[in-house]
Amino acid sequence: MENILEVKNVFKSFEGKEVHRGVSFTLQEGETLGLLGPSGTGKSVLLRSLIGLDIIDEGEIFYRGKRIDLLSEKQFCQIRTKISYSFQNGALFDSISVFENVAYPLFEHTQLKELEVEKRVMEILEVVNMADARDLKPSDLSGGMQKRVGLARSMALQPDILLYDEPTAGLDPINVEMVLEVMKKFKAQGFSGVFVTHDIPAALKICDRVVILKQGKVGFSGTISEFEKSTDPFVQSFLTGL
Amino acid sequence: MISSVKSQLQQTGEVFRLFQQSLHGMFTAPFYWGRLFEQIIHLGIGSLSITLVIGFVTGLVMTLQFGYGLAKFGGTLYVPAIVSLSLVKEICPIFTSLLIAGRIGSGMSAEIGAMQVTQQVDAIRALGTSPTRVLVVPRLLATIISLPLLATLSSFVGILGGLIIAHTEFNMPVGFYVNKVLRTIKLVDVFGSMAKCFFFAIVIALLACYRGFKTSEGTQGVGTAAQWVVVRTSIIILISDFFLSKAIILLFE
Repeated sequence: MENILEVKNVFKSFEGKEVHRGVSFTLQEGETLGLLGPSGTGKSVLLRSLIGLDIIDEGEIFYRGKRIDLLSEKQFCQIRTKISYSFQNGALFDSISVFENVAYPLFEHTQLKELEVEKRVMEILEVVNMADARDLKPSDLSGGMQKRVGLARSMALQPDILLYDEPTAGLDPINVEMVLEVMKKFKAQGFSGVFVTHDIPAALKICDRVVILKQGKVGFSGTISEFEKSTDPFVQSFLTGL
Repeated sequence: MISSVKSQLQQTGEVFRLFQQSLHGMFTAPFYWGRLFEQIIHLGIGSLSITLVIGFVTGLVMTLQFGYGLAKFGGTLYVPAIVSLSLVKEICPIFTSLLIAGRIGSGMSAEIGAMQVTQQVDAIRALGTSPTRVLVVPRLLATIISLPLLATLSSFVGILGGLIIAHTEFNMPVGFYVNKVLRTIKLVDVFGSMAKCFFFAIVIALLACYRGFKTSEGTQGVGTAAQWVVVRTSIIILISDFFLSKAIILLFE
């Protein structure tokens, strides 16, 4: 399979504190990659760097063979329609409705007519089981519902890659299952994904491969079965957290 | 001390950069007309009543004070000229700008600040759009359009308030008052006042948006940002008013 995303030797620091010290990994077309690691190891920062929300200090990031880490903010706008980001808290626009939130990228980046946008938005809201909430404001939604709407918004443009920043964090088991169901549906539709999480059972259900960050570097990289069978104490410490 | 100066210079540079990006956003696609009208309604129409009340009451009070004050020297006849000139050239542009800085500037920075701390600004970027185009350009343009108009309307009702007091309190004929005002106020005075408001509008909107984007430390940071904007913009408005007035006098009088 083709590498859709390639991260090479990335370094990043904040005010002298090194977060990444040479992180490298690849994402293949159609796969979901789990990005794990202890808190503070820069998983979310790495995810943000992939679409230029944070700028890396050194290293290279390639999307479909094209180097993207040197792009300007304006050039990144185009990449962000292909690589979509789902925020940990949903980050929905609180002054507009659920429908308008999901329709936002469609109005911005497509020439679809209003009726076509409505049809498309309702289809996506059906996928995340939020069609009934179309006219509600984000403040009327529970945390789990907000995350599902956030997921719906991030997949509205049918991107190549979905970046999930802890989509199951802070949710009750029922909502976790609902979010995972949505992710499974996206995966079945052929979307590639990078899944940042602390939720090992969720990662085992969704991911094809796993990368674990350790002290700013990749501490483990392998398939799910390699991850489960690993005897590395660091990997074991993650698994025994089950 | 040196680091403080360095930080101030850096902030000034960032504000100018935001201004440059906003100017670019004003004249290139995509342009958010809907958001502009929304902001004009929120900012302009929403501030209309309070602006008119302030202008009207200021006109009443100034006419009353100048009327009795000048009466001691037999100068009541000069009241229409003094009141109208003061209102048009200084009082209304400054009062309206300070009001907008307090009411709208703080609101803008709090709104954008809240969006910043809840990652909505990041979401705008992540969805392939520009926060400057989506958030700053409509607010900046709406303030530039609304503030000079509000100040002019405020001056008008202030003069009207002055007329009421001059007529009822000092028995001044309506025709005399209106004639005196029309002879005193030149078009250049109105345009000068509008030019000042144009500059104040840029200061208010730009600093409010800039500080909103720089908000951190959660909800406390949102409050701090709003406070920062009101203090900074008020100081800049008051100090720059002197220099702008001087420049307008040098250029047109």
